Amino acid sequence: MTDQNRSSDPDREKRKIKSAKKMKEIMTEYYIEAKTAEQTGKKVAWITSGGPVEPLIAMDVIPVYPENHGAMIGASKMGVDLCEKAEQMGYSRDLCSYAMADIACAPINGGPIGGLPRPDMLVCCNNICGTVLKWYEVQARYFNVPLFILDTPICHTGFSKEAKEYVKRQLAEYFEFLEENTGRKFDFDRLEEVGKLSLEGQKMWQAVLDTTLNKPSPMSAFDAFIHLALIVTLRGTQSTVDYYKMLLDEMTERVKNGISAVPNERYRLLWDNIPIWFKTRWLSDKFASLDACLVADTYTSSWSGMMTYIDEHNFMDSLAETYTRIYLNIGVDEMAQNVLKMIDKYDVNGVVLHSNRSCKPYSLGQYDTQRIIQEKAGLPTLMIEADIVDERNFSESQIETRIDAFMEVVASR
Amino acid sequence: MITVGIDIGSITAKAAILDERQLKGTFIQGTGYDAKTAAASAFQKVLDVSGYEKQQVDFVVATGYGRKSVAFADKAITEISCHAAGAHFVNAEVRSVIDIGGQDSKAMVISPQGKVLDFAMNDKCAAGTGRFLEVMARALEVDLELLGEISLKSNAPATISSLCTVFAESEVISLIAKGEKRENIVAGIHASIGARVVAMAGRLGLKAPLMMTGGVAKNVGLVRMLEKNIGMPVEISEHAQVLGAIGAALIAQQH
Ligand code: SF4
Repeated sequence: MTDQNRSSDPDREKRKIKSAKKMKEIMTEYYIEAKTAEQTGKKVAWITSGGPVEPLIAMDVIPVYPENHGAMIGASKMGVDLCEKAEQMGYSRDLCSYAMADIACAPINGGPIGGLPRPDMLVCCNNICGTVLKWYEVQARYFNVPLFILDTPICHTGFSKEAKEYVKRQLAEYFEFLEENTGRKFDFDRLEEVGKLSLEGQKMWQAVLDTTLNKPSPMSAFDAFIHLALIVTLRGTQSTVDYYKMLLDEMTERVKNGISAVPNERYRLLWDNIPIWFKTRWLSDKFASLDACLVADTYTSSWSGMMTYIDEHNFMDSLAETYTRIYLNIGVDEMAQNVLKMIDKYDVNGVVLHSNRSCKPYSLGQYDTQRIIQEKAGLPTLMIEADIVDERNFSESQIETRIDAFMEVVASR
Repeated sequence: MITVGIDIGSITAKAAILDERQLKGTFIQGTGYDAKTAAASAFQKVLDVSGYEKQQVDFVVATGYGRKSVAFADKAITEISCHAAGAHFVNAEVRSVIDIGGQDSKAMVISPQGKVLDFAMNDKCAAGTGRFLEVMARALEVDLELLGEISLKSNAPATISSLCTVFAESEVISLIAKGEKRENIVAGIHASIGARVVAMAGRLGLKAPLMMTGGVAKNVGLVRMLEKNIGMPVEISEHAQVLGAIGAALIAQQH
């Protein structure tokens, strides 16, 4: 099907989410602002997706996310070329393809937006993985800018007082780092305001995600993958809160009018791990053609999972716990418990797990998670071996057979 | 009701015809370059061997990698469900099935009704598949069909440690150069596939009785190796290679 008759397909048109246009505008404006920061005297900081961004917003520093860049590269199918470039630069194919693609982009201003805005500083939090440490060191050397590393110990079980103290002390250093690099005193009052907005944004985002509790669901995880952009990049701002309010209204309206994401939703599925960015359209069409809607996922919900630990009245004090106990920094058992809760909550018929070649922390425990799901929930599961950006790790006909077979199992239950 | 199952694999195309639950005929040929032509020809040939006319056929189910290219089929079902149905047809007691195909190997656990409860497939590469065996047979200059018999003579299987088909092939070549006995190399190759398949199937928790389907089931050496690795007897049907097609024809009977 060509793009042309896609957009003229009235059924597709009806199911299209209208707010998306507004989000595109916000994102474009944001990237323009970041790209022209030098002229406006603003500072740009690159930050990891799980890093504490609120202090940056409070200090008027524009946050830029190399991982979001990675996702864009994947979605625009530029991943293979850039990964190959990184290999030529001497990086191993076993590295995370977000890192490979981003590192390869920097010297050539490559990728879909002609390279990321140049950073004035880098903020790296290892609560998501260890890859980011080396990735940010490479970029700090390349751009010759200061790097701040926030080390968050893994919380296999619980969260100790010592861990909290350890992270809090580093956060204090983080504030100093920002003072040094902006030449301004850290604004603690403003941080509390930003914290409130961040929490509100997360609540709104979760409310949007929860509209999929409706049967049929007004949106799918594939929609969430797109609309996620703001809670990742601009959480802590008013425009994010406003946008999700608008999106929530649209979803509520869709429920009222019986507009579903998938034309004949018969099966509801849960997705685990980061999207296969270069194949989201294909996967979305594939599942829809089998009357299956991916109603929830562990990935997009992790940006609201943080709110559990936020203290609205003392944001700064709760920052340490909030950013240490995020989804990828907890034990496999707790992750599996989370999956079981979601299975129950969203009432799904099966679970699709993306074994993501790039992301070890996300994929490592998946066979255990799979076993736990089968034992505790008795649901069929499907493991798809693929990648977020590097298409060389995707075999369409094999994956199609797995999906078909999985759906035959789901349907026969 | 007359139904036909067509199984288009990456190496061979198979067809089976059923009248209710009576098997009326089967046919096997190479898939060759064009899956469409192979499907049409296997369809015609299975009609010829069973003495039916096209117009008598009520429903056709296609399966296997080329299932979507069989334009005349009424429905496409994956080989996972079809092999399960086929195995259940020849022995209703069977609870687990292993199928080593040309491009991939799969294991499934099935219900007393022959439905797939759970399945696993090898990951993207060719390790542990029929294609792996084919490449090795060529490196050893042995007829694919003879691998099984040859390996039974071995008393000290060689070690093939590479999972990658290309690397394993060079391992085989260097074993040949070192003068390792052919039967030991073949047995080593079977052990390597066996280990792969067991690693995949192990996650499922296979239940006895276990049946192996697909063309590779004709390889006795590999079957013995699997029995040893899995620790349970492996049943083989005389129809092993066409069980996917038979299963497809059976599923067609439900329409
Ligand atoms: S390894 Fe995983 S968490 Fe780390 S950057 Fe890559 S995708 Fe993100």
